[in-house]
Amino acid sequence: MPELPPIPLAGWVDQLVEWLVLHYGDALGDVNNWIVYRIGFFERFLSQWLPWPLLTLAFAALAYHASRSLRLAAGVAAAFALIWALELWTPTMQTLSLMSVSLFVTVALGLPLGVLMSQSDRLRAMTMPILDFMQTMPSFVYLIPVVMLFGLGTFAGVLATTIYAAPPLVRLTDLGIRLVDADVVEAATAFGATRRQTLFGVQIPLALPNIMAGVNQSIMMALAMVVIASMIGVRGLGQEVLYGLQRQAPGTGFVAGLSIVLLAIVLDRITQAYGRRLAAHRQIAR
Amino acid sequence: MSTVSDIVLRNVTKIFGPTPTQVLEQLRAGATKEALLAQTGHTIGVREVSLTIEAGSCFVVMGLSGSGKSTLLRHLNRLIEPTAGEILFEGQDILRLPPEALRRFRRDRTSMVFQRFALFPHKTVLENAAYGLNLQAHGGAERRANLERARRWIERVGLAGYEAQYPSQLSGGMQQRVGLARALATEAEVMLMDEAFSALDPLIRREMQEALLRLQTELHRTIVFITHDLDEALRLGDRIAIMNDGAIEQVGRPEEILQRPANAYVARFIEDVNRGRVLTAGAVRLEAIIAQAHEAPQAVLERLRGQPLPVAYLADAEGRLAGALSAAALRGAAAGVGLPALARPVPSAPQSLALERVLPLTLESDFPVAVVDDAARIVGMLSKDRIIAALAAQVAPPAPRA
Repeated sequence: MPELPPIPLAGWVDQLVEWLVLHYGDALGDVNNWIVYRIGFFERFLSQWLPWPLLTLAFAALAYHASRSLRLAAGVAAAFALIWALELWTPTMQTLSLMSVSLFVTVALGLPLGVLMSQSDRLRAMTMPILDFMQTMPSFVYLIPVVMLFGLGTFAGVLATTIYAAPPLVRLTDLGIRLVDADVVEAATAFGATRRQTLFGVQIPLALPNIMAGVNQSIMMALAMVVIASMIGVRGLGQEVLYGLQRQAPGTGFVAGLSIVLLAIVLDRITQAYGRRLAAHRQIAR
Repeated sequence: MSTVSDIVLRNVTKIFGPTPTQVLEQLRAGATKEALLAQTGHTIGVREVSLTIEAGSCFVVMGLSGSGKSTLLRHLNRLIEPTAGEILFEGQDILRLPPEALRRFRRDRTSMVFQRFALFPHKTVLENAAYGLNLQAHGGAERRANLERARRWIERVGLAGYEAQYPSQLSGGMQQRVGLARALATEAEVMLMDEAFSALDPLIRREMQEALLRLQTELHRTIVFITHDLDEALRLGDRIAIMNDGAIEQVGRPEEILQRPANAYVARFIEDVNRGRVLTAGAVRLEAIIAQAHEAPQAVLERLRGQPLPVAYLADAEGRLAGALSAAALRGAAAGVGLPALARPVPSAPQSLALERVLPLTLESDFPVAVVDDAARIVGMLSKDRIIAALAAQVAPPAPRA
């Protein structure tokens, strides 16, 4: 049996993270505080200042706008009322706030990355394994350095959620643009469109249903992170589930879990309805 | 003959494969498509094509699928880059245009109509028609003017009232009208049409062909039309190129190709054509003896000697048809009787009339039908025998391969 030299990879990673903490720990702490302050403001706005019927109404209106279905709007309103009646409004708003911020970051980074990937096969080949890594690496693994660098709390939660939720949006944006009918792209080129004009005037608009499906997937992935995020000190519904686990209170866990499911259904139905509306005039008629 | 805005192709060749330039020498040495594929793994798209596409005419490239016709068309706006050759337009080799100039050439000088329409499904009919215009100029004020111009083109292709619809709400024929409006609206002189009507039902196809011919009589765009349908080629083309395996087999006017196929391939191709519908009176007309009113009957009779048919036609001062004169009538004419008194009425056919519609006219009279131009001037004649010979492909036997 040939002897292979052992690779001290774990040690190297330790050294790297320690070095980062030593040199950038303070600066990253400041970044953390700055962001947490703003997220906290948004969280308080949702959970304390905005009366719950107003937000419920806003979501029902959004559902109606997306689907033109009164039934869906009524369902959304009922789901929110149920959450309020379960006395989980505040943690739900905390979760919604974290989700919104994570989704904002996901879209702000994932959408441009997906668009760039669709334009370059090389970038795509380089990015794909990283996306696989982000999606399959157990979240606790990257939570260790994140917590070391940024401390416990909201920002670490946003970062972890974004890492987990971004890949489907990136993938579906890239795929959506690549799947746009080659004939239509050729037509744009034949009429003298620049690459940018083709991309923004034809490819991205026609990829929107797929991009919307990516947003939907990202939201679902982000919700799946809620409980894990609670373990690094993120407040919200996940924390309620964690309490239930720690205190052996199945009821507490169940109502929190139910609220997560309700929130997921509401967000899923609304984004899917928008996706369907976008798809209406984006298929080639044959 | 050739003007600067003609499109001139010289030895245009396209080889598909990893190292096309290396294969070029073998191709020029005369290697066959099969041999090149077997030895080098390269496919010949277009083989040494030289052509002149006259400005303002409709040039049809006709061939079966895989003959390289769509590849050739895409060379003209460089959607596909040829391996070798020159394509001259206004004295400039468009294959040498740098990217930005190429883009402007595509935007301002050419437009394109696609087999599967390739409309923008997320844009309305009006926005689709305005697409090329909006690429040409897209300031706020221009945008409104563009939409206005696009609206006029939508009316001209017969889609008024559908401006706000989306392509998915229209039938295939209507969608291709949008495609046509989008191409016409930019007012580019060169219009590339890639099997534009092939995806349509026969009746709709016929309608679209007629619409295109109608528009072309006013617009005189330089149209390069690709088709695999010979009837369509013969109906639309001022000139037709027949392509096979990437090479041009024959170029000529429709009646030239029908009457003098250059080789066995073309001859086999045109076998099943309804010649009565394609050949026109002008194309197969016979020379006619034309007499002026002041001439003496004897003089006309003299000129008729040795002619296959004993008929002359009387023309007025402008050359317009005034009647037919039979040799018998001329011979029996009493002294002092002028030609106008001897002339008999005779049916006439415009030179653009299809033979199948000339044939019934021959039954109306014993005289051969007079063939006249747009101004009713006599340009020739057509007898029953001549028409039947033309329909039976007996007018001119295939010439030996050049």
